[in-house]
Amino acid sequence: MPVIRFLHPVGHFSMPWLHHYIRLLATASLLLITAGGLVTSTGSGLSVPDWPNTYGYFMFSFPLSKMVGGIFYEHGHRLIASIVGLLTIGLAVWISKTDRRRWVKRLGWTALGAVIVQGTLGGLTVIYFLPPGISISHAGLAQLFFALIVSLAIFTSKGWHSRYDQRPPLNDRVLSRLALFTPILIYAQILVGATMRHTDAGLAIPDFPLIFGGLWPPVWTAGISIHFAHRIGALLVATVVCAMAGHILYHHASRQELCRPALLLTSLVLIQIALGGWTIWSEKHVAINTAHVAVGALVWVTAVCLTLRVHREWFATDEQTQHRDTQLEGVVTHSEAQA
Amino acid sequence: MQYRRVWTFVSIIAVTATLACNSRADVPPVSVVPESGAAGGGGGGTTGTSSVNGMVTIEGPAPMAETIRMNSDPVCVKEATMTDTEYYIVGGDNGLGNVFVYVKEGISGTYPSPSETLILDQAGCRYDPHVFGLQVGQTVQIVNSDPTLHNIHATPAVNPEFNTGQPIQGMTLDRTFDQPEVMLPFKCDVHGWMNAYVGVLPHPFFDTTAGAGTFDISNLPAGDYVLEAWHEMLGTQTQNVTVADGETAEVTFTFSVG
Repeated sequence: MPVIRFLHPVGHFSMPWLHHYIRLLATASLLLITAGGLVTSTGSGLSVPDWPNTYGYFMFSFPLSKMVGGIFYEHGHRLIASIVGLLTIGLAVWISKTDRRRWVKRLGWTALGAVIVQGTLGGLTVIYFLPPGISISHAGLAQLFFALIVSLAIFTSKGWHSRYDQRPPLNDRVLSRLALFTPILIYAQILVGATMRHTDAGLAIPDFPLIFGGLWPPVWTAGISIHFAHRIGALLVATVVCAMAGHILYHHASRQELCRPALLLTSLVLIQIALGGWTIWSEKHVAINTAHVAVGALVWVTAVCLTLRVHREWFATDEQTQHRDTQLEGVVTHSEAQA
Repeated sequence: MQYRRVWTFVSIIAVTATLACNSRADVPPVSVVPESGAAGGGGGGTTGTSSVNGMVTIEGPAPMAETIRMNSDPVCVKEATMTDTEYYIVGGDNGLGNVFVYVKEGISGTYPSPSETLILDQAGCRYDPHVFGLQVGQTVQIVNSDPTLHNIHATPAVNPEFNTGQPIQGMTLDRTFDQPEVMLPFKCDVHGWMNAYVGVLPHPFFDTTAGAGTFDISNLPAGDYVLEAWHEMLGTQTQNVTVADGETAEVTFTFSVG
């Protein structure tokens, strides 16, 4: 029966339905990040003054006809967040029952803890009138949660188990270091971007690609400093990503599992820089500004994906050990039964 | 191990639910009168027989008013009677409206808070009045005259910030401000085009120009004063004025555009 098969504990082999479920959750998470970006871009963060209720209504009973103006964005964001929360509960339970890898189970429960903290941060930021520290933390944790879900999708994928673990080790220390450094740099850039958004510094430097007509700010304020740091960060990210992609294409051209995400990452970074410039030219047009947030999230998880694939062999040792332990356990059980 | 995780999860949910139940619910009943801080005390400040009046004008072509698109709320589309931006209200003789004129320096003593309640109305998805003055401790009653939700979000620099929902037509909210502040912005996060400004002062010597651009500040004691005119787009200007007992001084502010 299908239900029994889905819940039957397996070894390290992935469950395709679980993998599809996690992909659905990842898609919902990206949608949630985009919805959150729309809330900030439209200035709707406080259009629903109470939490967790909405104008006194229980969240799920708020009339759709009253979702007007800023409420459409803020309450819509809360509804999507609730769906993501429920899906994450399902994820944690499903993984705990089907995956034998203890670290994957822990990641599932970590995702659940993260989404609870994230919801709490969202409520606190409304109650305390959007203090930048809480708003930035809310944005930062959203990205970490998204990366965690995408990582779980990778760990439960067929490719992770049946294709990539058969490849010879890379033995490339340069790539290993680049692949560890790149997502850290991208995440730092995301945090600077979130700080810029939540301190209204998005147009502190009003022109692009120049800076007040030159290459350097003529005057320094907090907003200009944060904005300038974000632009420098973009240059650094682009440089490191291009270097890594070039290194992969030159030294590991036969490894499609690395070349494809490397090319995708490079393309996304270029698109992201273009969106950043367009955001300034359009004076923070809502759609462009929000797209910049969403593409930033995609850049981040693509880098994480590439990092995991570059370091696949780290996980192979651990999974092989657990698979062997599972088999030994079966042998012992069988022997005892025979005795 | 499994059960321990489940219990941990249940505990987290319980704590979160407890926090949520104790969260601020900024949806008051029909009328809420919060505890007001110290009102504007009593005694010390004097009035007189002098006055300052005049006009605020604009020099240069004022930007044309833009039409506000209220499509995000069909009720606003239906109820709105005025859909133009009101940054520049220019009347005859280039008189500039919505300018808050007040005595910035020269007043001493404290003045009692008036018992009169000022009304800030949300009608046709606009704040009315757009710019007005209030004394420290004086009550402003915010009314929702629209059949749609509004939230009143005050973003002061000195006084406490508040953000309250008024989902039902007819709901009112009374607020007072304990600290002088020029100007204290109000906005609606549901309808982003809605905003208003209030000047909170410790004395009664202020006025807001109407479309003709004129103002009149009366009952001043004789003395030397600094007058300030504030406009939301054009900034501020100050002028010194001296009035004797029974005298009326005339002052003109001119804001330049472009």
